[in-house]
Amino acid sequence: MIKTKDVESIVVRLAGDSGDGIQLMGSQFAVSTALSGADFATFPDYPAEIRAPAGTLFGVSAYQINLGGGPITTAGDSPDVLVAFNPAALRVSLPMLRQGALIVLNNDGFGKRSLVKAGYGTDPREDGTLDHFQVVAADIGRLNLEAVAEFGLSKSDGGRCKNFWALGVLLWMFGRDLAPIEAWIERRLADKPTLRDANLAALHAGHAYGETSELQAALPQVELREAEPEPGEYRSITGAEALALGIAAAGELAGRQVLFCSYPITPSSPLLHRLTRLWETGVGTFQAEDEIAAICAAIGASYGGMIGVTSSSGPGIALKTEAMGLAVSAELPLLIVDWQRGGPSTGLPTKTEQSDLYQAVYGRNGDTPMPVLAAASAGDCFDMAIEATRIAIRHMTPVILLADGYLSNAAEPWKLPDFDAIEPIAVPPVPAPSEDVSPQRQAFTRDPQTFGRAWITPGMRQLVHRIGGLEKDIDTGHISYDPDNHQRMTDLRQAKVDSVADFIPDQAVEIGPDRGELAVVGWGSTYGPIYQAARRTGASFVHLRHLSPLPGNLRELLSRFDKVLVPEMNNGQLCSLLRDRLCLETISYPKVSGQPFTIAELIERIESELEGGKLCARG
Amino acid sequence: MRTGLTAKDFTSSQEIRWCPGCGDYAILKSVTKALADGGADPDNTVFVSGIGCAARFPYYVETYGFHTIHGRAPAVATGLKLANPDLAVWVVTGDGDGLSIGGNHLLHALRRNTDLKILLFNNEIYGLTKGQYSPTSRIGTTSPSSPAGSVDMPVSPGQFALGAGGRFFARAIDTDKRGMAETLEAAHAFEGASLVEILQNCIVYNQDVFAAVTDRATAAEHQLHLTHGEPMLFGKNRDQGIGFDPERFTLHIVDAQTSPDAILVHDETNLAVARMLVDLTIPMAFGVIYRQPARTYEDDFYAQHPTKMKRERSVADLIAGPSSWRVPKAG
Repeated sequence: MIKTKDVESIVVRLAGDSGDGIQLMGSQFAVSTALSGADFATFPDYPAEIRAPAGTLFGVSAYQINLGGGPITTAGDSPDVLVAFNPAALRVSLPMLRQGALIVLNNDGFGKRSLVKAGYGTDPREDGTLDHFQVVAADIGRLNLEAVAEFGLSKSDGGRCKNFWALGVLLWMFGRDLAPIEAWIERRLADKPTLRDANLAALHAGHAYGETSELQAALPQVELREAEPEPGEYRSITGAEALALGIAAAGELAGRQVLFCSYPITPSSPLLHRLTRLWETGVGTFQAEDEIAAICAAIGASYGGMIGVTSSSGPGIALKTEAMGLAVSAELPLLIVDWQRGGPSTGLPTKTEQSDLYQAVYGRNGDTPMPVLAAASAGDCFDMAIEATRIAIRHMTPVILLADGYLSNAAEPWKLPDFDAIEPIAVPPVPAPSEDVSPQRQAFTRDPQTFGRAWITPGMRQLVHRIGGLEKDIDTGHISYDPDNHQRMTDLRQAKVDSVADFIPDQAVEIGPDRGELAVVGWGSTYGPIYQAARRTGASFVHLRHLSPLPGNLRELLSRFDKVLVPEMNNGQLCSLLRDRLCLETISYPKVSGQPFTIAELIERIESELEGGKLCARG
Repeated sequence: MRTGLTAKDFTSSQEIRWCPGCGDYAILKSVTKALADGGADPDNTVFVSGIGCAARFPYYVETYGFHTIHGRAPAVATGLKLANPDLAVWVVTGDGDGLSIGGNHLLHALRRNTDLKILLFNNEIYGLTKGQYSPTSRIGTTSPSSPAGSVDMPVSPGQFALGAGGRFFARAIDTDKRGMAETLEAAHAFEGASLVEILQNCIVYNQDVFAAVTDRATAAEHQLHLTHGEPMLFGKNRDQGIGFDPERFTLHIVDAQTSPDAILVHDETNLAVARMLVDLTIPMAFGVIYRQPARTYEDDFYAQHPTKMKRERSVADLIAGPSSWRVPKAG
């Protein structure tokens, strides 16, 4: 194992019951980190159950944040600081911790029953389990209740303030300004003055505790340099927030309204929630009765001239499959967002995976090609939503944008784009009514470069025509069962998707030389850990955003390397795609544990490939 | 709005591919006539369908049309209606398309009260897949997939519509020009989800399944034509009527001569009576059985939307979120 610690950053992990408010505490700490000027990346890791039974191992909710000088691209491998509210949180987190890490424990969570629920026969605070760590055991529960006693809350309501008590401690440890968090509490609880004041009191009490107990001395001795990001305006953003803004931006750039149609599913729902807050940008949201209705309504919206968008996760995408074929056949623009999660079936709803690549590229009846893209990071979700919509409208085709559960919730600092500098999305022109050419033919007259057809929508004068899922004549647009025509239409649908490659940039190397011994090829949210691992080993990193079609120069680029290693959070799907599309043999490095890659495990694998000579290609 | 158009103007140039003698021909004629009589604007009218014999309908009507996938027409039509509420959107479906594979979407389109005119061609059989029993087939229907007779309880389109919270339910017979004209006109004028069940004779796979109701010889005794505000009379000499049996809490037939006061007057806004009317078999009720307007889904969708779906703020104004920070240029 690589033991080298990244001395430029510090990893903090907060863990407790799913009802302890860990995610809220973590996201507020992330905001504070952002405002302090540090670079950071977060990893919210929570159970599928909304309120899992208290004290259980499977009910542990955690939030990990890596902060420090940049570039920081992952939530960190081994926490330096753990705040654990109960024995279960401690037990789940302990194997991840760096030796010598600082552990802040809530004594009041370590009752006998809680120890038993976590599977501890003896108390880990006393039996030597924590010998290699620095432990600060504080009576967080009691101290918090004392701090909020004056507000007359019930014991359970008062107890719920303890996440802010603990946040106060953390803020003190890192020398942070309390003002932004105070402002947030005041805003959020403006209409509940008692709760507002109690949470503020808890925050201040925790902060004061830090001061008196001299916790800072226990902090790992790392130099927390400030990040040195490019000048500009920044904000903290999650993938769901960025994708929502990207969808709204795409509508604005195309001069069309957006109708977002979806059915609730983890981890896709945050996008629906975010978009409801962007209504004023000309976005509407429709919660459909099921996944199929969601995509069908989005298709109906596109048919009506809006940009139809639907979103789901693997199981829901499977249900939408038939309708995707309809959009391909009808040649309508449509954006489909897939927030991948662990599968098969219901699988691991709250854990991350990249195992829908086959489904996105190949998963439809008939020869039904569709462009497939993937976002690399939370901020990248903004750019990729625009890029996917641009392709959908330019080529009049449905497009799948792959994201994943990690991206949906993870936050990172994001340099705000210069919105005015983004190229508008051109909409295919609508033909004028003609005496000589039937509207049916006009509707299916295609651009020779993009194969996109005219986007004629009901309500337009004298352009009445019909569309549908039956095969149509390539020229007249009428139903056709002619064998030669079906061959030509099949070729045309493939040519349309292939033509997307003519409009996308050549694949570049993210870091490292553009030829040499080893290229590491990644896609999606593995960007962060692969970037760091490549940076530290000197391997070249090639990150794909366009998965179908692949960039035109990819084969040539990858052929310049002796070996190509493909780490991915599935059982080797990109590996087979590269073999299929480029006849390229690569080395698969799959991981399907529901957890992102750590930098350390990637470095280990890269180094073993570099040492292992040239002949260890995949068998 | 265009005027002076005839049924012929609403007939497309496409070759019709229904079996000769199919009830769909008569329905098509009635619909194109209703469009012309109702002053429909072809540029502003859309027919959306799913899969099945009925679903070919959009190809034969000279308006915008979208032939979608099995059962999903109400969902596609909902998205279309939200995108452009000014369109007159018709959905054409069948008993299999609308009540089996697409039952869920029909349920939700009805309870939302989206302004869709939904024509459900009920022939109690799967036609396009060659004759299997359908969700409206009567128990004991023999078919290639039920050689010993179907054992499932059929669904009642009327009970389904009213149970879903539908605000308009009417019933007609494919070949009954007058009845078709009246119900289509009412559906056309209704703002909200209107479901019209059309008894349609499949001459190949379920010939004469409605013969008892539609045969000239017996029709008068088997058809109850409803008009709002008129007594519920039927029979050759209109000498029978429908009354209410308070002991059994059900409708029953009464003699119009001897008990004229016992005959119910049709009130199309009465949901309780409508629930009983849809289940009558002898006689079977036709015309507008239930009509109770309410705000449409798209009205409320737009009323609630702060900018009525218009773009009043640029993403550029929102991109910074609740808090942002500036990294100054070095030096």
